[in-house]
Amino acid sequence: MSRNPYVREVPKTSWFFRQPRYMRYMAREVTSFFIGAFSLLLVVSLKRLSEGPEAFQGFLDALRGPWGVLFCLAALVAAVYHSTSWFNVTPQAMPIQRGEEFVPGKMIVGAHYAVWAVVSLIVLFMGI
Amino acid sequence: MSERQIQLEVLRYDPETDREPRFQTYTVPCLNEWVVLDALNYVKDNLDTTVSYRWSCHMAVCGSCGMMINGEPKLACKAFIHEYPDQIRVEPMAHFPIERDLVTVVEDFITKFASVKPYLIPKEDKPVSAGEFKQTPAELMKFKQYTLCINCMLCYAACPQYGLVPEFLGPAAISMAHRYNQDSRDGGRDQRQEVIASHEGVWECSFVGACSEVCPKHVDPAGALQQVKVASTIDWYKEHLMPWSKK
Amino acid sequence: MSKSNKPIVWGPFAAGGTVTAFLTPVLTLLALFAAMRFSPDMFTYASMHAFASNWLGKLIIFGVITLSLWHAAHRFRITLFDFGVRADLVVATILYMIAAIGTVSTIFSLLSI
Repeated sequence: MSRNPYVREVPKTSWFFRQPRYMRYMAREVTSFFIGAFSLLLVVSLKRLSEGPEAFQGFLDALRGPWGVLFCLAALVAAVYHSTSWFNVTPQAMPIQRGEEFVPGKMIVGAHYAVWAVVSLIVLFMGI
Repeated sequence: MSERQIQLEVLRYDPETDREPRFQTYTVPCLNEWVVLDALNYVKDNLDTTVSYRWSCHMAVCGSCGMMINGEPKLACKAFIHEYPDQIRVEPMAHFPIERDLVTVVEDFITKFASVKPYLIPKEDKPVSAGEFKQTPAELMKFKQYTLCINCMLCYAACPQYGLVPEFLGPAAISMAHRYNQDSRDGGRDQRQEVIASHEGVWECSFVGACSEVCPKHVDPAGALQQVKVASTIDWYKEHLMPWSKK
Repeated sequence: MSKSNKPIVWGPFAAGGTVTAFLTPVLTLLALFAAMRFSPDMFTYASMHAFASNWLGKLIIFGVITLSLWHAAHRFRITLFDFGVRADLVVATILYMIAAIGTVSTIFSLLSI
C-alpha cells in the first residue's frame, strides 16, 4: 500500500521545453496553424475568383504586399515540415506485410517522397 | 580497465519523514564499462544502504529498473556510464507518483494493462481434444513485434499525453491489446475495442512518438497505436454508414 | 468506457493530412511566386477560372480545400490543448465552425463559377 506517494505535477504550458523531442513535436504540430491559415486563404481566393476579374485582381494585389510574401514563406516552411514529418512516420502507421517480411520502411517513405516530387512538379507546371 | 569518478545525483524521498523529494549526491568510482545500475548498487553496498530502487535481471529483459537518467527515461541496466558525463542525475520514472526514492507507484499501469484483456480470447470454445491452434510464420509476424514488451513503463514516462491526462490508457496497454487483436488465434477484438477505442484509450494519443523512441525492446508502441486508430476509424465508419454489414 | 466518436473527425484529419502533405508545399510555393510577382502570366483570371469551371476541377478544389480545413482544425485543436488551453469543447466548436464556414464558402464559390 502506498504510504505517502509524492505526485510531481506536469506544467501544462511549459512541459514541452523539457526534452528536445517534445520541442520538435510542438514545432510539427504548430504547422497546422499555417496549413489552416493557408487553406482559409485559398477559400478567400476562390470566393474572389467567383466574384469576377476585378475582385480576383484585388485579391492578388493584397497578396503582393510584404505581409503576403512573409506569410507565404512561413506557410511554405510549415508545409514542407508537415510533409516530411508526415511521410517519415507512414511506415509506422501502415506497415505492409508481404508473407513473413515487412516492406522496409525506407521504401515506403521513399515512395511517398517520389510521389510528392512528381505531384509537385505537375502542379508547378500547371500553375506557372 | 578505465576508472571514472562519477557524481551520482540521486532523488531521495522518504514517505514517512519527507514532505518533498531532495537530491543526494554520491561520489562513485565507476569502471567505464559499468551501467548506471552498477553505480547504484555500489552506492547501496558501500555508501548508503537506505537508497531504494527496483532492479532484477541486469540485462534489459525484466523491465524493473526504469528511471529518468539525466532527464531521459532509460533502463538503469542499459544506461552505459561511457555514454554520460561525470554528473549523472537519477530520478524515478516521470508521470508516476513516487513511493520512495527511485521506486514509483505503478498501480495505475497495472490496472490499465489488465483492463485491455491481455490474453487470448479464442473465437470459439475449443476442447483440448480438438488439437492445437495452427499458425503460420506469416500470421506470427503480424503481431510478434508487440510481444516483446517487458512492461518497463518507460513509454509512460516518455509520453507527454500520459503526463498531462492521467486517465490515458497509455502506449504499452494499447499496444498489448493490439498484439492480441493481431493474433490469428484470437477473437476478442470487439471486447478490447470497448476499452481501447474510448476517449481515454487510443484517442488521447497525438502521435508524439516519444514512446517508441525510448522503448528498449523496439516494440514501436506509437506504430501500434496509429494502426489501432486506423482500424477503429474504419470500424466506426462501417458501423455507422453500413450497419447492415457483418463485422 | 464506451467507444468514442472521435473517428468522425479523425478520418478527415488523416485524409487531409495526406492530401496537404502532398499538395500544400507546392501550393504555398505558387502562392509565394504570385506574391513576389514571379511571372506576369501566372494566375491569370482566365486560366484559374477555366480550371474551376469544369466539374473535375471543382471536385479537386473542393476535396483539397475541405480536407485541408478539417485536418488543420482538428490538429490545431490538439495543438492548443498541448499549449495548455484546456477549454477543449469551446476550442473544438470554434475551430470546427471555422472549417464548416470555409467548407460552405467553398461550395458556394464553386457553384457560382
